[in-house]
Amino acid sequence: MSSWSIQDLEYWDARIREKAGEFGLSCFPQEFEICNHEQMLGYMAYHGMPAHYPHWSFGKSYEKLKTLYDYGVSGLPYEMVINADPALAYLMRGNSLCLQILTVAHVYGHNDFFRNNFMFRDTRPELTLGRFKLRADRVRGYVEHPSIGLQAVEEILDAAHALSLQCRRHTAIRKLTHEEQQARALDAAEPPHDPFERIHRPVEHRAPDLDRVPLEPEEDLLLFIAEHSPYLADWQKDLLHIVHEEARHSIPQIDTKIMNEGWASYWHHKIMNSLDLPEELHLEFLVHHNQVIRAHPGGLNPYYIGFRLWHDIRRRYDEPTEAEIEAHGTPDKSGMEKIFEVRETDRDVSFLRRFLTADLMRDMDLFEYAKKGDRFVVSNVSDEEHWREVKETLLRNIGMNTVPVIRILDADHDHNRTLYTRHEHDGRDLQYGSLEKTLRYLHRLWGRRVLLETVMQGKSTTFSCDEDGVGRSAG
Amino acid sequence: MDPTVFRPYSESDALRSDRSAADRLRHRQKVREAIRGNIADIIAEESIIGRSRDKIIKVPIRGIREYRFVFGDNEPGVGTGNGDTEPGQVVGEAGGDGNGPGSPGNRPGIDYYETDITLEELIDIMFEDLELPDMERKNLRETQADTTRKRKGFRRVGVRAHLDKRRTATSRLRRKIATRGAAPAAPDGPRFPFHRDDLKYRRLVADLRFQSNAVVLCIMDTSGSMDTMKKYLARSFFFLLYQFVHTRYHNVEVVFIAHDTRAREVSEEEFFSKGESGGTMISSGYNKALEIVQGRYHPTLWNIYAFHCSDGDNWPHDNGAALAAARELCGVCNLFGYGEIKPLNSGSYGDSLLELFDEVDAKNFHALMIENKEDIWPSFRRFLSREKAAASVE
Repeated sequence: MSSWSIQDLEYWDARIREKAGEFGLSCFPQEFEICNHEQMLGYMAYHGMPAHYPHWSFGKSYEKLKTLYDYGVSGLPYEMVINADPALAYLMRGNSLCLQILTVAHVYGHNDFFRNNFMFRDTRPELTLGRFKLRADRVRGYVEHPSIGLQAVEEILDAAHALSLQCRRHTAIRKLTHEEQQARALDAAEPPHDPFERIHRPVEHRAPDLDRVPLEPEEDLLLFIAEHSPYLADWQKDLLHIVHEEARHSIPQIDTKIMNEGWASYWHHKIMNSLDLPEELHLEFLVHHNQVIRAHPGGLNPYYIGFRLWHDIRRRYDEPTEAEIEAHGTPDKSGMEKIFEVRETDRDVSFLRRFLTADLMRDMDLFEYAKKGDRFVVSNVSDEEHWREVKETLLRNIGMNTVPVIRILDADHDHNRTLYTRHEHDGRDLQYGSLEKTLRYLHRLWGRRVLLETVMQGKSTTFSCDEDGVGRSAG
Repeated sequence: MDPTVFRPYSESDALRSDRSAADRLRHRQKVREAIRGNIADIIAEESIIGRSRDKIIKVPIRGIREYRFVFGDNEPGVGTGNGDTEPGQVVGEAGGDGNGPGSPGNRPGIDYYETDITLEELIDIMFEDLELPDMERKNLRETQADTTRKRKGFRRVGVRAHLDKRRTATSRLRRKIATRGAAPAAPDGPRFPFHRDDLKYRRLVADLRFQSNAVVLCIMDTSGSMDTMKKYLARSFFFLLYQFVHTRYHNVEVVFIAHDTRAREVSEEEFFSKGESGGTMISSGYNKALEIVQGRYHPTLWNIYAFHCSDGDNWPHDNGAALAAARELCGVCNLFGYGEIKPLNSGSYGDSLLELFDEVDAKNFHALMIENKEDIWPSFRRFLSREKAAASVE
């Protein structure tokens, strides 16, 4: 059925690797697994992992993907790469040789990105697959344990899934230990140095409350609950850790989607063009390439935006226009040096903030839309006056910026173990329906009353959740 | 750098690797549970009542959605245009799911929460956890309908049309092989003919099927005080009763009796759409029902389920007659119910017949009160549990 053999793939792989090496990509060893479409759907449903703990939500996700695929609403990805060492990628066996070559080239782009971008630095890729397997075994162990069982495990997992992305998103910044937090609190309580202290009334020294839990607002909801809940059993705490670790694994990918896909597309394009492909393969490649990096009118295709941005950065450093030289001076490095530097030091938000220029936005015709009644209406386009607004809106809708920040302020509010949390309101209100449901999950895990402070339609509002349900009060 | 590894496709791995099977199964179980939890809402939806069993309905599923903290739907988003986008231009229709324009799935918090299900499946789920009365043994009145025949084995004699040629030929061959050792036949020896013992005929026996018949008598008050809401509640209840009886018997007939001061047998359409007028004499409806039962559905051959919906505004001087007729109906019916429909905000707090019917102490009579659509399902369950009790007493 397929017009290629493993030998073909090995031949092209060797040539692609040679080119990738020449261009300066530095990759993990790579493994490819050939699979059929059902296996691919399976990998997609389980975040690409060969081993993953069971939960009905993955079954749901599989059914949804399969339905969309069966009805032709969405195709399957040509590839899927896992951030692991060696990197693992899947190839669909039904694809043509040209698509396989394109995919292999694309995969090396991702591979290089995983290995070099700072977001992935502490993910311990050599352990990824083994860790996922161990977690899966642990969860299965709990499910099969006679005193625990599926229902009890599900109850915790359901709640933990709802909160899994409520965690620290700046993975490169180290979390302070409890002692360091105490030291910092003491420092902050010191009165500021006063050169006229001899004539001023001495400032009353207020000792900080070092017994407060948490000392500093805490973003890792699941971890905090696992560490501080007196009600949860060890296996329940372990489940919270498992879900938390998986979320941590996915955050770097969520936060570098545009860069990562753009980078891989940039390199597959470059590598494929340098391979001296036979003409019919080359033409087929161009068709697929244009399909992948085309703009989705009304939507945001990360492949398209990333691909355009990487090209634009390179151009601005290699062939800047007169106006750009006037504004930023002559570039101090070549375009190639610059893009390799950026792929190491940035994530999507900083990438777009730094390199998405007004010209490029106009060129891609980025616009901002808002819901008006039953319709989406364009509110701003990237013209001279409004491109900043469009860009700000774009940055808010990228990666982890689409997840509200919720922090735990006090685990013993009113001295009755009420959990006091606050939504760091950035102008966007929370959606009430899901807030109510998620708060119930939080309450289920914490086991005592839970408060959430937020802003609704400009008014400070506090939601509370206890056994009787969710209530709200102003102020 | 280590060489690249290509792991070839393996058919057997692919067949073994249906890894999501268990999770899919669990998901489907949860969908079913969710539907069962919402059944009161679903059957209260007017659109499913009186539809054919193949009809596909959309059922909202709560409880299997995955929730997270998300931002509201009204927040602006950004998209790429075709190069000539203008402010004020409409770029898409906002669906119910808060999805942006363009390709779906590019914003978080999107989740489906409706599923398609046929009415038949829904009914299965509905009755799945009902404690069904044990009617087959005790209450089912059966008539033999021996009109069909079925095959059952073979025999040596029979009419030609039933000859099984294949078996006949096989048995001749068998005999031929068995006799070979005793009398070796010459290669061009005499032919080996069929013997009468070789002939095999298909044996047909009469298929004794127990046919069970049931009739549902829907009696409804169509007097002036029965407004649309009350009729709608009545309709929901009749629908459930009909569907329930349908799961128990092969042959179910429905009779609609509308009454005000006089009773008539009407068609289903008329029954639910007829305009209201006049006063109420419940006994007229019961007597009509008795008349129909005597004429067409004799209690020895039919299982009879009767249910009467009214708002209880009976003419006081008819009460005695109604009570007598109700007692008589209890005698012929498997189950007879009276539902008093008093929507909470209907403003008609007239008389109630519930006290009156307290005097009917038959085991298979059940009077209940329906105040709103949420009551329908629980009332229905209680109604059936009464049948169970009745069945166990007999």
